[in-house]
Amino acid sequence: MSRAVMTDCRLPVRYRVSSRVEETHDTVTITLEPADDPIAAFRPGQFMMLYSFGVGEIPISVSGPPGQPSLTHTIRSVGAVSASLCAAQPGQVVGVRGPFGTSWDDADSPGGDLLLVAGGIGLAPLRPALLSALAQPGRYRRIILLAGARSPAELVFAAEYGRWRDSGAEVGITVDRADASWPGQVGVVTQLIGQAHLDPLLTAALICGPEVMMRITARSLTAAGLPAASIWISLERNMQCGTAECGHCQLGPLLLCRDGPVVNFKIAEPLLAVKEL
Amino acid sequence: MSVISAELASHRFAAGLAAGQLDRLAAIATSIEVPAGTRLFEEGGHAASVWLIRTGRIALDLHVPGRDRLIVETLGPGDELGLSWLRPAARWQFGAIAQVTASAFELSSAKLTGLCDSDHELGYQLTRRLLGTAIDRLQAARIRILDLYASPSAAVGGL
Amino acid sequence: MATPADHRGRYQLTAAGLEDLHQALTSAGYRVIGPRVTADAIVLGELKSASELPFGWGVSLSPGGYRLRKRHDSAAFGHSAGPGSWKQFLHPPREQLWSASRTANGFVLDHDATPERPDKMAFLGVRPCDLRAIQIQDRVLGAGGGHRSAYARRRAAVFIVVVNCTEPGELCFCTSMGTGPESGPGFDLLLTELADGAGHSFIIEAGSEDGCQILEQLPVHPADPGLAEHADAAVAGAADRMGRFMDTGDIRELLAASHHAQRWEDVASRCLTCGNCTMACPTCFCTTAEDVTDFSGEHAERWQSWSSCFELDFSYLHGGPVRSSGVSRYRQWLTHKLGTWHDQFGSSGCVGCGRCIVWCPVGIDLTEEIAALRAERDASIPAAIAGPDAGSPETG
Repeated sequence: MSRAVMTDCRLPVRYRVSSRVEETHDTVTITLEPADDPIAAFRPGQFMMLYSFGVGEIPISVSGPPGQPSLTHTIRSVGAVSASLCAAQPGQVVGVRGPFGTSWDDADSPGGDLLLVAGGIGLAPLRPALLSALAQPGRYRRIILLAGARSPAELVFAAEYGRWRDSGAEVGITVDRADASWPGQVGVVTQLIGQAHLDPLLTAALICGPEVMMRITARSLTAAGLPAASIWISLERNMQCGTAECGHCQLGPLLLCRDGPVVNFKIAEPLLAVKEL
Repeated sequence: MSVISAELASHRFAAGLAAGQLDRLAAIATSIEVPAGTRLFEEGGHAASVWLIRTGRIALDLHVPGRDRLIVETLGPGDELGLSWLRPAARWQFGAIAQVTASAFELSSAKLTGLCDSDHELGYQLTRRLLGTAIDRLQAARIRILDLYASPSAAVGGL
Repeated sequence: MATPADHRGRYQLTAAGLEDLHQALTSAGYRVIGPRVTADAIVLGELKSASELPFGWGVSLSPGGYRLRKRHDSAAFGHSAGPGSWKQFLHPPREQLWSASRTANGFVLDHDATPERPDKMAFLGVRPCDLRAIQIQDRVLGAGGGHRSAYARRRAAVFIVVVNCTEPGELCFCTSMGTGPESGPGFDLLLTELADGAGHSFIIEAGSEDGCQILEQLPVHPADPGLAEHADAAVAGAADRMGRFMDTGDIRELLAASHHAQRWEDVASRCLTCGNCTMACPTCFCTTAEDVTDFSGEHAERWQSWSSCFELDFSYLHGGPVRSSGVSRYRQWLTHKLGTWHDQFGSSGCVGCGRCIVWCPVGIDLTEEIAALRAERDASIPAAIAGPDAGSPETG
């Protein structure tokens, strides 16, 4: 893996918030424009370390389309740093280090079917792959997105599902809880898999969501006939340096900031089976 | 083989049944349309039917005072609707309403029970399928109990 | 004047010549770091003179035990690994990564475009195992990103004088790890100390151009073949006198399949998860980054500090640690050091120096733990073949 790094990826590069969209009550999408020399181009699935001045730094996947100087990140406010980034208003400067890690590129299977399964905010790291696939009509036979969320109000990018469908994606959405005003499906995301009528030997599956959700989904897919090697998941551990030098993100033989976050399920499955690895 | 047997054969629930078994099942099945908004049953009612959903979507729901109706789960093509008739009280635990226009095979639970009593081999086959349905729903419910998409801070506070 | 090429070969240096070596290094701009007796231990620190070397001192080691002892000779390097290692100079325990100041809409980094020229340091008295440890950290800490790390800049300015081992300690097992007692390549100068009845002298050879340039300033003469042979025999003989042994055959596979071994419970019941082993280990490299701000909120800094996989927060993720039990944390340390290090960095993370055994307050001995894991695995093989109920560790 070669990286055309123009900047020292140990130092935060300044980016200016150019737009801010509230996705849900606790999740915000910010778009960043370089204030200095930009960092290297990212590939879908990679992550950045985002820094809020005086608060700290956290890993956040890119949620916007590749191939442009701006960076889009969808951030859920769960701690001091994410809350600070979520509160960043247009004009404010944040720090960016990256891009780090592996991408969804290995899963690229032109001519076949691309299946994206998202759980909650796990849709964010999948969105660049989806947008990239939709921008190349004919590259895949089918593009299928199955997404689960806690409730209708907690669906991210909800305004875009119609556009994605119009661009040729099959989009299945389900939520864990809803009242009668919700016209859609209620249930676990794996229940959408049966309805997708997959061609298991022609499908490459990318899964992102909570680790338990990814295990369950991958198991459902293998039960549906997908080889484990056709499934990729995006794993998370304590990421700090991004350069495989601090040791925090180890998962057995993997340093997830370098060998992940995107890992083939054939490699990940036995590692996830070990508690506290 | 009757028309309804042939149609029934393509339903996931009936997959793998022998031709004779399909015919016996078809003999007690009626093909119905459920227009959107039609309520099939209400919580507490007598559980007298079983449906094998062919198209559309049915929502299982529950009325909660002050919160209107909450949807427990939605069922779609290939799903089996109705498990409460298997328990002695035979009363619906939840309500069911067509969220979008649906089509289904409707079977009388009394006739289905009678069929299973008289034909244990068919009864065994159907029991296995019903048990599979129950397991799938139980596992899905358990996963949802975990509230996997909850905010981590909230989850920690809650546990 | 001799050209560096003339000084390829083996030479003889008297014990007094160590002072000339110190002076040559100092004149070349190096700060000389080496072993000294400090606080009842042999500790690495700046040497103002070669006379500060621990002439005549040795150490007695046991699991959880370290004692200085007087030697019967005046050897300067007649001691095995002390509590410190060279990583404290190359990979300091605490280091500022950058600082920044608040601006109207954000911040600006205070860093200078041209990084500070690092100190030139000469490491005098590096053991072969420790040279290998430095080379292991080179692979871990020098590789990331397109820009050279602070580690890499410091490392490039280091001059290394290795001293071959002729007297392994009670807890040494470099032979098992293939790192000693004879040094591999990578030194600037290599010494072999002879401090027996025949007197006190050194065989010296250069391993780099820098080494040649220093060597040619020293009062040396070509090594007497008999003396060189004597030195070689002393080093070769040391290989057979290791205090510990570790069977490294299929050790990666052993550890990769060990996740559910009973032995982890056993060792975890003794382990205090204090992290001493990781601090003493010359290859352990893990750090934690910390962002700090001053009271005014106008100035922020990022600091990097050594951390340990034994810390509870080391694996913190979304509200809790991934490795919350002591079992999982000891397992992480050992399987990483001896197993998954190969996957991550292409070699073992252990050089056989024995420090982790010496400095463990409860005397946990990793060679013993590996032997126990191996015995447990080997004992379970017939059971696994016996039938499916016996179960393999991976399906537990």
